[in-house]
Amino acid sequence: MSKYIAEETKTRELRKVYASTLIDMMDKDQKVVALEADLMSAIATKPVQEKYADRLINCGIQEANMMGVAAGLSVTGMIPFVHSFGIFVTRRAYDQLFLSLGYAQLNARIIGSDAGVTAQHNGGTHMPFEDLALLNAIPNSIVLEMSDDTMFEKLLRQTKDEYGLYYFRIVRKEMRKLYHDDQAFEVGKGIVLEDGNDVTIVASGIMVEEALKARELLKKDGIDAAVIDMFTIKPIDQELLIKYANKTKLVVTAENHNVNGGLGSMVTQCLSEKAPVKMRHIGVKESFGQVGTTAYLQEVYNLRAEDIVDAVKDGLQ
Amino acid sequence: MKGVSKIMDTKQFSTQIRVETLKELQHRTFGHIGGSMSIVEVLSVLYNDIMNIDPKNPSYEDRDYLVLSKGHAGPALYATLALKGYFPIEMLKTLNDNGTNLPSHADRNKTPGIDMTTGSLGQGLSAAVGIATGLKIQNKPNKVFAIIGDGELNEGQCYEALIFASKHKLDNLVVFVDDNKLQLDGPTKEVSDIGNMDDRFRSFAFDTRRIDGHNEKVIKEYIIDALNVKDKPSVIILDTIKGKGVKEFENLTENHHMRFSESDNKILDKYIALLEGDLNE
Repeated sequence: MSKYIAEETKTRELRKVYASTLIDMMDKDQKVVALEADLMSAIATKPVQEKYADRLINCGIQEANMMGVAAGLSVTGMIPFVHSFGIFVTRRAYDQLFLSLGYAQLNARIIGSDAGVTAQHNGGTHMPFEDLALLNAIPNSIVLEMSDDTMFEKLLRQTKDEYGLYYFRIVRKEMRKLYHDDQAFEVGKGIVLEDGNDVTIVASGIMVEEALKARELLKKDGIDAAVIDMFTIKPIDQELLIKYANKTKLVVTAENHNVNGGLGSMVTQCLSEKAPVKMRHIGVKESFGQVGTTAYLQEVYNLRAEDIVDAVKDGLQ
Repeated sequence: MKGVSKIMDTKQFSTQIRVETLKELQHRTFGHIGGSMSIVEVLSVLYNDIMNIDPKNPSYEDRDYLVLSKGHAGPALYATLALKGYFPIEMLKTLNDNGTNLPSHADRNKTPGIDMTTGSLGQGLSAAVGIATGLKIQNKPNKVFAIIGDGELNEGQCYEALIFASKHKLDNLVVFVDDNKLQLDGPTKEVSDIGNMDDRFRSFAFDTRRIDGHNEKVIKEYIIDALNVKDKPSVIILDTIKGKGVKEFENLTENHHMRFSESDNKILDKYIALLEGDLNE
């Protein structure tokens, strides 16, 4: 079990973490290059361009070409970090992402910002509920959803020299702070935040905070919930899931994403084969996005701690 | 007279590529013959006269890059690579075999000498501008060549790549358009007319030239000129004939992908013999 920060505080903005980490990586490695598609202002990478005009390339509004440029840069041995809103780096340019990077077995880091409902007032056109599903379907992809700024910074740094197609799903601004500076993160290893004996809540991204809140609510009803931060959607931590499926009689997944093809699907695929257990899924169900605040949209799509509590109680009946 | 003999060599190399491509496709009994035949001369000049390559070391660091964005013309490129010694000529018989390293569309992970995986049209040009950008960032002198089809210019992604190439002044990039005037379903002017192709490239500030795409001497001259252009990318539009070299198949709408009938095979036999005869003269 991991010690997380129990008191509710905020992280740094993840976009600022992205920019400062990029600059530091560029300072140390000439091969690091970043691509943008006219959203530098949104992701706060202007300081990166000011320092490294040749290695922060703003492609303009052309995500399809940006994926191909990333592929070409990788052919020459560069390490491209490619950012746009989650919808634009996935469904907008999916064939380019799939073929020019995935199928061609090239090396790139894709950063999709404004995860799910955190796209807020950009609304349904800009709200990615399917980006994880699209990435999960690319063979050999690594799919990660960030639940904290420390996690984001550490994983950017420690995967820089790994080869392959990585997707980082992020919230652009602040989140609930979870991790201490000395927390270790490993791709393929989920993090147990709270142990429990009755139910396991497996969450990612902003839903980790809701899962922790749900645990407190459940405690009042005498239900002992384990909470796992499964930031590593693919590869998923099979060993940990099997352990907890065997330990608790219910597994509830919680994601800020369509229930089809994301975290819930990956957990189900693992457990249905290796350790069948009763399950419930919190996530967006047969709905497109819409405008609203994150809190309002969490209510609309049943992505709150209360919804997790209801699912747990239903599952334990 | 070294130059003249070199040009003769390159003409001969074109004939060899054409022979091996025809044999390769005939052996498989089907394939993308039209668009393979139309790019034979540009491949011949690039690989014989222009590109810095090492067939025994395909990932040689100082190599020039070719992206065959019209990836379905793989058979012609495979013949070229085999003749240059990247892999044994017998391997050409494995085109599209189960488990082959020579799939119908070019694949960087399967075939020695292929630097980019292509096949979904419009994507290769973006990869080529990415390679050119990567080389510029690293201050490397390597050149990048890309071959796209005239039909491929239906794809919007091409224009994104042209904007990017122009904006970043990629003078280490030379784009060739195989302007054979046909796409899969018919004449490009009828299926999806892109208007004045030359003006389009000029409007993106490309150094733009149009030449006979089957004349090795002219192709070579224009590539050398294009490589001397500074601060902007170049395009050489090749006026070509789809199916070039097999008179009976030339300019047929059906020649994009053919399954060879018995009579087609006799035609192929005839041209293979004729071209081999030219080589033995």
